[in-house]
Amino acid sequence: MNRMSPLARAGLFLLAILLGLFFVLPMLWLITAPLNPRTTLSVTLPSQPSLDNFRAVFDNGFAIRALLVNNLIIGGGAMVLVAVVATLASYSLSRTRVPGSKLLVYVLILFSSVVSGTAAMVPIFLLAYNLGLINEHIGVILVMTGGLLPSAIFIMRDFVDSIPRSYEEAALVCGASPRRTFWDVAMPLVRPGVLVVAIWAFVNAWGAFLVPLVLLRSPEKMPASIAFYSFYTEAGTPNLPLVSAYAFLYTIPVLLLYLIINWRFGFRFFGGIKR
Amino acid sequence: MEQKPAIFSARVGALFLLPALAFVALFLLFPFVWVIVLSFTNQTLTGATAANPEFVGLANYERLFDFDRWMRAGEFGSSLLITVQFVLGSALIGQAGLGLLIAWLFYRRRGWLRTVVTTLVVLAWIIPEVVVAFAWFAFLDRDAGTFNNILDAFGLGRPDWLFNYPLLSIMVFNTWRGTAFSMLLFQSALETIPPSYIETAEVAGASGWQKFRHILLPLLIGHIITDLILITLWTFNVFTPYLLTGGGPRNQTQLVSIYTYETAFQFFRFGQGAAIAVVIMFINLTLAMIYLAILRRQRAAT
Repeated sequence: MNRMSPLARAGLFLLAILLGLFFVLPMLWLITAPLNPRTTLSVTLPSQPSLDNFRAVFDNGFAIRALLVNNLIIGGGAMVLVAVVATLASYSLSRTRVPGSKLLVYVLILFSSVVSGTAAMVPIFLLAYNLGLINEHIGVILVMTGGLLPSAIFIMRDFVDSIPRSYEEAALVCGASPRRTFWDVAMPLVRPGVLVVAIWAFVNAWGAFLVPLVLLRSPEKMPASIAFYSFYTEAGTPNLPLVSAYAFLYTIPVLLLYLIINWRFGFRFFGGIKR
Repeated sequence: MEQKPAIFSARVGALFLLPALAFVALFLLFPFVWVIVLSFTNQTLTGATAANPEFVGLANYERLFDFDRWMRAGEFGSSLLITVQFVLGSALIGQAGLGLLIAWLFYRRRGWLRTVVTTLVVLAWIIPEVVVAFAWFAFLDRDAGTFNNILDAFGLGRPDWLFNYPLLSIMVFNTWRGTAFSMLLFQSALETIPPSYIETAEVAGASGWQKFRHILLPLLIGHIITDLILITLWTFNVFTPYLLTGGGPRNQTQLVSIYTYETAFQFFRFGQGAAIAVVIMFINLTLAMIYLAILRRQRAAT
């Protein structure tokens, strides 16, 4: 590394700067636009930054309801369900020998990649329709949970596998009941893993667009991702002051939650943790 | 294969697995089987065929693979071709290439530049999809967008990107959006390579490119294949570009995910939509089987 010529060094530095610019330039609008009282599509530093755009969002009951009620219901519901179901399943996969569990893992990997995206929404919509889950938050929560569960189980299983089983063995040898061993010995140990999976599920359900778009009907039940599209003028152009401030408010919780994960656990890499 | 002793009985284990099994059965296995059945019917949402769909045989598939018209704009063949270009350009070249470049650029380096670039790449990945779509809508705007402002400053004019180069635009957009996964994968893979390998090559006088080509690349190849298959699978199914272009103009960005959405949820032709979904799912299945076979071979090798 030290043998590199100054010219090559400068070239690599320039390349890194260019890559950084490619990633940062499209984001700038998200920061400058909300503070600009006359928001346009250009990135301009506001000469007089104001919070008027945010005030407009808070005056819009529909938008606030979408963000603070519907998004929290959907995100929170998916978070709790994914965390509970994935914890139980991964603990079982790691610590017990159930016949057929290898097959289950294989089916999980295979079908979670096969039954995904828009293609999966065709049968899932009709399933929800026949179960009476259309236009219900619980329908969105269940479908989101079904989609997130396979990845959540893999993340959690790796996590549980990495914890030495001697703690639980010792507890059982000392005469603790299996129930006590699970609650008082195993659970505290896997709690960080549960937290990561819970946050990951929340963030995914919070940002979901396609599932609520397909499954929900009435505007007052829509989450923020769809509420954006009500901020259009009659001419069909977006109301940029409202859109930009709303985008800001909608993104902040996601960033904060990732910061928490990063700060508590470091941004560790989990295979397949995308959707 | 080592067998670790079980902590709990198989009965408790089965009980713990039950909720997950129920979800998998209801939201993964059942839809997969049902969509195949649906694809042979003329199911709609309203009208007579909503309650009592009729069996129509292969009619839905014949319509999809009607070779006289299927390459016309807005037809299935054309949509598949657009998707293949999109996957090649934005996933295999864009995301994997850029991810590898960034991981290699900062290999065995620390410092602010690495932190800043890595953070920006990850940010592009975690911001909600609707928000990044608006950000790119502003970025690519013809008259006020940042990108054209830069081009204009260099005297390169102001093209209307989303209108005149829509496919290129969503490819660049998707590269920007998804590079993080490949970058993180390659970064963690590079960290597992013992530094002594590189140091030996340096003593032997290898150039930067030689070190990459003859030492890092052979060690990374397994990870690269894994990455390529996974991002192909995801990019093939991605719906986010719809938020930027809506599949237009004139169906030029109509990815198969968008084609499915429009058929099933805008025209409510579920039988037809199901036939498309079946074709997509079998392409997914092929990719996933290849992935699993490679995974198994890698495990057997270690």
